[in-house]
Amino acid sequence: MSRRCIIIPAYNEAGQIAPVIEGARRFSDAQIVVVDDGSVDATHERARVAGAFVIRHPFNMGAGVAVQTGYKYACQNGCEYLLQMDGDGQHHPAHIPELFSMVERGVCDLAIGSRFLQPGGQRTGFWKHTGIRLFRALIRITTGQSVTDPTSGYRCMNRRVFEYFTADSYPWDYPDANVIIDLLRMGFRIAELPVEMSPNPEGRSMHRGVLRISYYFFNMFFSILVVLLRRKSD
Amino acid sequence: MTFHQKIFAVAASLAIFVVIVWLVRDRKLKAEYSWQWLLTGCVVFVFVVWYDLLVKLTGWIGAVAPTTTLFIFSIIFLVFVSLHFAIKISQLSDQVKNLAQKISLLEAQAGRSTDIANQD
Repeated sequence: MSRRCIIIPAYNEAGQIAPVIEGARRFSDAQIVVVDDGSVDATHERARVAGAFVIRHPFNMGAGVAVQTGYKYACQNGCEYLLQMDGDGQHHPAHIPELFSMVERGVCDLAIGSRFLQPGGQRTGFWKHTGIRLFRALIRITTGQSVTDPTSGYRCMNRRVFEYFTADSYPWDYPDANVIIDLLRMGFRIAELPVEMSPNPEGRSMHRGVLRISYYFFNMFFSILVVLLRRKSD
Repeated sequence: MTFHQKIFAVAASLAIFVVIVWLVRDRKLKAEYSWQWLLTGCVVFVFVVWYDLLVKLTGWIGAVAPTTTLFIFSIIFLVFVSLHFAIKISQLSDQVKNLAQKISLLEAQAGRSTDIANQD
């Protein structure tokens, strides 16, 4: 069993999943694991045909649960390093070796691919940009450290981090700034790498619609408050 | 409290008690969820036979009429029942999530073992 694995959470990504797997394989010999979060399309068949190991949820449970299933798989199968990337093709696979290398060399426990460290940065929608700036400020205020892209799902981590993420307290829907603050408070080291990201090819987003955005902000602020109130030994 | 009101309140508390015991006996309600309803029946019964306690309680909380006290405590009770169920639902959600993850992982591992066996 490979010491490295790449976890790709996917929900209704039948159109994108095969190129994502091929891209990941081009840049790494790590085991590729797709966690199909109860898709109603052919995501799991396409992922299997493309050569990935597929774990299929019986029903949709949210992005956080899907990646957590990947963490549990990695723990059970002796993986030492885990990289997670989105199943919709937003993350360019060329950065996989650098992200693995940062964690394997011990530069940090968690390496985050940041779209804003690229020369010229990247344009995002108004609400997303406002949210990112707000959460950056919150991370700086609560931990004294700077993370430019707290919502990036392009991350690589060592076993200590993904073991920590298998706890029941791991968020079900949006593991973003809240988990970063939690990790920093627990003494884990986080570093960022400039990466290129593309917009979702089908124009989909987790943060679309006033209700979803409002819920996202509420959820994030509340879970950050809970993280800050939690004792470090919990 | 008039005699008719007393009869009605005693009948209501006894009805709650009988229905809850019946549901637990028929395994439609777990004993661990029945205690708060049995407690409600008991509290209603106590207030009927000891009406002065309800009047005293009304004075302590600053209400004017004993009926107001009953309504306030009923609402507080329902809030606590809802909170209790919200806690239970959260625990059950975690258990369902963990079970679903375990099944998914086992199913995937079993599929891999079958594939390896077929190749051999």
